[in-house]
Amino acid sequence: MEAKAPLKAKFATVYASDRHLWRLIFMIAIWMIFIAITRFQKFYSVLNFQTMASQFPEFGLMALGVMICMITGGIDLSVVGVANLTSILMAYLLLSLTTATGGLPGYAIFLVFFLAVAIGALAGIFNGILVSKFHIPPILATMGSGELFTGICLALTKGNAVSKFSRTYSMTINNKIGGMIPVQLVIFVIMAIFIWFLLSRTVFGTKLYMLGTSERAARFSGLNNDRLLIKTYMLSGLCAALGGMVMLANYNSARADYGTVYTLQCVLIVVLGGVNPNGGKGRISGVVLSIILLRMLETGINRFPSISSYYISLIWGGVLILVMVLNYFTENSTRFVKKQA
Amino acid sequence: MAENLLKAEGIYKSFVGVQALKNVTFEIKPGEIHCLAGENGSGKSTLIKIISGVYAPDSGSMEFAGKKYEKITPIEAIKSGIQVIYQDFSVFPNLTVMENLAFNSELADRRKFVNWKRMRKIATEAIAKIDFKVDLDALVGSLTVAEKQMIAISRALMFNTKLIIMDEPTTALTKKEVGNLFNIILKLKERGIAILFVSHKLNEVFEISDFFTILRSGELVASGNTADLDAKKFSYFMTGREFTAKRFEAKNISSEPILETKNIGIEGSFQDVSFDLHKGEIIGITGLLDSGRTELALSLFGILPIDTGSFKINGKQVKITNPQTAVAHKIGYLPEDRLSEGLFLNQSIADNIIISEIDRLTVFAGVLDTKKRTDEIARWVKELSIATPNPENACQTLSGGNQQRIVLAKWLALNLDILVLNGPTVGVDIGSKHDIHEILQNLANEGLALIIISDDLPEVLENCSRILVMKAGRVVSDLDAAKADEQMILSYMM
Repeated sequence: MEAKAPLKAKFATVYASDRHLWRLIFMIAIWMIFIAITRFQKFYSVLNFQTMASQFPEFGLMALGVMICMITGGIDLSVVGVANLTSILMAYLLLSLTTATGGLPGYAIFLVFFLAVAIGALAGIFNGILVSKFHIPPILATMGSGELFTGICLALTKGNAVSKFSRTYSMTINNKIGGMIPVQLVIFVIMAIFIWFLLSRTVFGTKLYMLGTSERAARFSGLNNDRLLIKTYMLSGLCAALGGMVMLANYNSARADYGTVYTLQCVLIVVLGGVNPNGGKGRISGVVLSIILLRMLETGINRFPSISSYYISLIWGGVLILVMVLNYFTENSTRFVKKQA
Repeated sequence: MAENLLKAEGIYKSFVGVQALKNVTFEIKPGEIHCLAGENGSGKSTLIKIISGVYAPDSGSMEFAGKKYEKITPIEAIKSGIQVIYQDFSVFPNLTVMENLAFNSELADRRKFVNWKRMRKIATEAIAKIDFKVDLDALVGSLTVAEKQMIAISRALMFNTKLIIMDEPTTALTKKEVGNLFNIILKLKERGIAILFVSHKLNEVFEISDFFTILRSGELVASGNTADLDAKKFSYFMTGREFTAKRFEAKNISSEPILETKNIGIEGSFQDVSFDLHKGEIIGITGLLDSGRTELALSLFGILPIDTGSFKINGKQVKITNPQTAVAHKIGYLPEDRLSEGLFLNQSIADNIIISEIDRLTVFAGVLDTKKRTDEIARWVKELSIATPNPENACQTLSGGNQQRIVLAKWLALNLDILVLNGPTVGVDIGSKHDIHEILQNLANEGLALIIISDDLPEVLENCSRILVMKAGRVVSDLDAAKADEQMILSYMM
């Protein structure tokens, strides 16, 4: 008994150090056990995990962008617009680069990624200027710019899909490195590590959390809030553009209305991942876990033919509300203790 | 001897291991003005909340208006005539005066529809009780603090009120408004309403109250007739320490001024302000709330850029258009509202200390140097003796005095030449106030140039070498602090 007590206490402190993270891990574990019992063969295969790993980066990348905006107390609802705008423009470029034999020149993929990042960054800077210089509430500014970007897409394509460009692009991105790891996953992991580093190890990250906690205090501490916000939205636009490039590869075409459900999904993922919608709080580990949890839920449910895929929204919504309610209880109890002490 | 209106006996209350009240006994008679004093964390607020039913005591009993209660619920408290006016007044800023006043009785009568005529009548009667004149259709958000307070008082009086508890009612009021408030309190007293006045300002306690009760760390340390109390006893009871105020003497004033302002002004706020500030000097700027002192302070930090006039730093003409340029010219600003402007409350003490100097704590290209960071934090926690077990704790866990030290550390870490302090000890308890004054005086002697903006006249007199008095946007006198006294400053201010 005596030996067990400190172990239990240790568990308690580990859990208390980040309740949110642990709760997500428990939920993933429970779901995996459940699937293991009921549908082991259909879920636990290398192919299935590879498929999931190539699917989630498209919205996972967008969610990373929404996350950093939310840490500043803002939001980016234009991610899907930016992603589609980038993928359509790049699809046209690929179309013009496609050779008669259906191949692509060697530099093409680097060129489209470079331009995509630039377009995403520009679109993000546009959002950042609306939010910082014109003081438009982020939810309205990015909703407006999202519509604007989608509108540009529609005007360019007249609503049609842009396809028939060389399959080389799609095949490259759909490659598996070493026959195992999907390239999409690699792009996502690189961005996630980059943002993790930015948030936890740089001046910019610290300032971001501070700005999200109190814009006023940030101003009175001599921070350049406008510049910080513009950088934040620029980064979000960049993430969204990469998401668009993954979509372009996964669908082998681009269209103005691809991924429209992702806007809200991204917001849900980020909140589920423990980012405070009022700003100042949130870690990338939580967001990554919530991306994985939701992908697993969706894929897992698809393994039950009797459950229609129409139930997926219902389950998503249920999980989100459950987590928020649990948060209310734990946050509330800690808040209470702090206040009195 | 009249019967006690309220008698609370042997009240104990603890929160998760912290004993907030220990055997506190408290009584108040009808028509009595009773002052409840104590430092932050002494248990004042807990006691108020027990009396008004927000918290239930762990043990002890309460008797109000002849009725005994084990514990009183908030509804019972209101029904039996206890009203609390909190510091934020609990008004709805987006509604009109009339709606604010009539709202409670509309709810109490469970009315489903709005009858504007009836509401106007209720509101008119309510403000007439204290002869308060205000436009009933004005939005409460647009009123001054004092007017909001009057609305809260009017609202409290709409019920059959026997006891009004006011939680630090004078914090944001000008001298004149405090006078008005005291007149109203005296009128209420005549009508037999008891007032429990929470304050830690000595002069107010003397001016208004009949009896006093002082709490320290949850225990009753003294209570009795205010007439028997003096300033020395008061601060001793509050803190358990004895203080001797040390008057500041500037020891090494630089020959050349570090900052010269020439006829600076902002349309509608202040005009024609010129002064020189030397290193090693502390200038006090005082004046009434609307004298333009705060705007002047903000203009020195670039939050409100000046329209006219010019700044010279080290003899060179400079423009200060935003906080970044102010910081670049080595000017720091300790804001008036520590909670919303000075601190990132939910963030760690550590990040709060280093946020302004963070650009220097890097290995390269914006990557944080964790060692430099921890060293800086440890240095400032030690240097300003910030009382915390772990600097990674959120800074809202600290007391007002310690929080103010964090804001101070943030600027000192930048190695500035000029520090502008707006109300450096507002909401800070007596002990910490004394310590902060000592820190400021030492900083000046080490060569920092300081400007203290404050309406706490003893503070200005004790800590400054020169005092500028402002009135209606202009500097009306420039006094040598050694030769000035409170009366003299007041006569210039009014």
